[in-house]
Amino acid sequence: MPWFRKKKGKIEPVRDEERVVRTENVFVRCEECGEHLYKKELEEALQVCVHCSYHFRLGAYDRLEKLFDDGYCEELDAEVVSTDPLEFVDSKPYVNRIAQAQRATGLPEAVITARGKVGGHRVFGGAMDMNFIGGSMGSAVGEKLTRLIEHAMKERGAVIIFAASGGARMQEGTLSLMQMAKISAALAALEERHLPFISVLTDPTTGGVTASFAMLGDLIIAEPKALVGFAGPRVIEQTIRQKLPKDFQRSEFLLSHGMIDEIVDRREMRPYIIKALDFMMNPAITSESTAQLSGLKFQVSGSHP
Amino acid sequence: MRLQSRPRQREAQRKLLMAEKNRLSPGHSTSAFERVQLARHPERPHTLDFIERLFEDFTEIHGDRRYADDPAIVCGFARFHATPALIVGHQKGRDTKQRQFRNFGMPKPEGYRKAIRAMKLAEKFERPIFCFIDTPGAYPGIDAEERGQAEAIAYNLREMAKLVVPVIVTVIGEGGSGGALAIGVGDQVLMLENAIYSVISPEGCAAILWKDSSQAARAAEELRLTAPDLQQEGIVDQVIEEPKGGAQNSHDEAARLLDPVLWERLAESLTNNVPDRLDRRYRKLRQLGKWGTSEATGTP
Repeated sequence: MPWFRKKKGKIEPVRDEERVVRTENVFVRCEECGEHLYKKELEEALQVCVHCSYHFRLGAYDRLEKLFDDGYCEELDAEVVSTDPLEFVDSKPYVNRIAQAQRATGLPEAVITARGKVGGHRVFGGAMDMNFIGGSMGSAVGEKLTRLIEHAMKERGAVIIFAASGGARMQEGTLSLMQMAKISAALAALEERHLPFISVLTDPTTGGVTASFAMLGDLIIAEPKALVGFAGPRVIEQTIRQKLPKDFQRSEFLLSHGMIDEIVDRREMRPYIIKALDFMMNPAITSESTAQLSGLKFQVSGSHP
Repeated sequence: MRLQSRPRQREAQRKLLMAEKNRLSPGHSTSAFERVQLARHPERPHTLDFIERLFEDFTEIHGDRRYADDPAIVCGFARFHATPALIVGHQKGRDTKQRQFRNFGMPKPEGYRKAIRAMKLAEKFERPIFCFIDTPGAYPGIDAEERGQAEAIAYNLREMAKLVVPVIVTVIGEGGSGGALAIGVGDQVLMLENAIYSVISPEGCAAILWKDSSQAARAAEELRLTAPDLQQEGIVDQVIEEPKGGAQNSHDEAARLLDPVLWERLAESLTNNVPDRLDRRYRKLRQLGKWGTSEATGTP
């Protein structure tokens, strides 16, 4: 008599196509090193790969939540949205493109602005989102950022903007270009009031955004390996007819060329910003003292209602 | 700062009215792409052609005091009807050799830095500034990126907003994106009738949106980059008439038509004191753009 006996019958063989472990929404593959990452762990690490420190792209609301104390902030000017001033039609009408972007991202516009505290300092923060028509800057983005700077001047707070953009929004033509000048003029007024502007460059920051506010920070910091430049790499390759070096226009390239202050890992970003704000937000500087100091050139009477 | 002579003012006004009348005359329907081609016409007057005809005693200054001199932007002192002023402008070449030397009017970072250095000189000595825009755009090359062309453009935008002296900008040919705007923030923005001013070249726009640069004519229409379009949008204050068929037909006539307008605009800007001038400049930029509110869309 055998020692062991099969009590159950034969086990049904599993068909090959059913031999899968269901891991959707549990694991993600790192785009850089190919390692599989536990999604929950990745979220805890602020969307940074724990193996190779690859920084995944982050949405605008996530950015702001990770910036402010306890993730608490109050959204500003959410009602400002894009319209179609030129009645622009490419492969589809621009109005449809806007509506589609709003549906797909759940964002009202390519930038989200908010008021809150960072390390106890009053901060006016903005974050751009690449998923909204390539993070492009049209009139609404320009208006929201200009208002953000004006809010900061009125309430004497710091401005922090996370840039992520393909550049100016073509579909709004020259009006988009003018947003560069508009935001820069507002920053000139902010500077006169001795209030800080911290510019954070994230992957990718190019075109008109780089050539305006993104490069005007009192402090300019970048996430590792972010693409940052004015002309896009493809345009340059077409012009000079040769391949570009691999690290060209990356954060590390900008740091070594003296264009930015520091490369900061996303997980270190908040403490780094707080240290900078501790230095820059000097309580001895008030609206009266700055007015006395330089005699303000800008009255900024033309701000929005 | 005062204007030193005003003899031509009355005549200027008369010419202005004439120009306005002619512009509104019927049969005036040059297409957007025709204007693009006129703006790029090889015989079109460039900055130095206008300097020769509108200013006396032009004395060029060179270099950004940091790296190099950029021949794509010219700067210098001159007299405009006896009033000392600073001139800053893009310069394209006319023959092949000159074109290469001027890099086809595409500035590198040192060009923008030279321009702002010169403008700060004008500010220091309280002299007005005339800017002439005529560039296909910033130079998309490795060296320009390495030396921080985005920062150079951005810096000019912020600093020009603060200049205490009058800044009169005239788009005389191509206004190509950031490379144009980098010397284009001013109290008055004027534009020649067949000049263009755009966020991207029609070819570039077509290549991105339709993956086909031969659609440039269509892109030119869509982008609304002509002087009358931009005046309507409040980006340009005044459109200046050109000789019949375009400025390339007569440089002298083109300069003659521009002269009274520059004079008027300078006089106008000089009537403001410094805080008013800066406040106006800020408000002018501040109102640019059209957006909606999520409840009801419309212009602000």
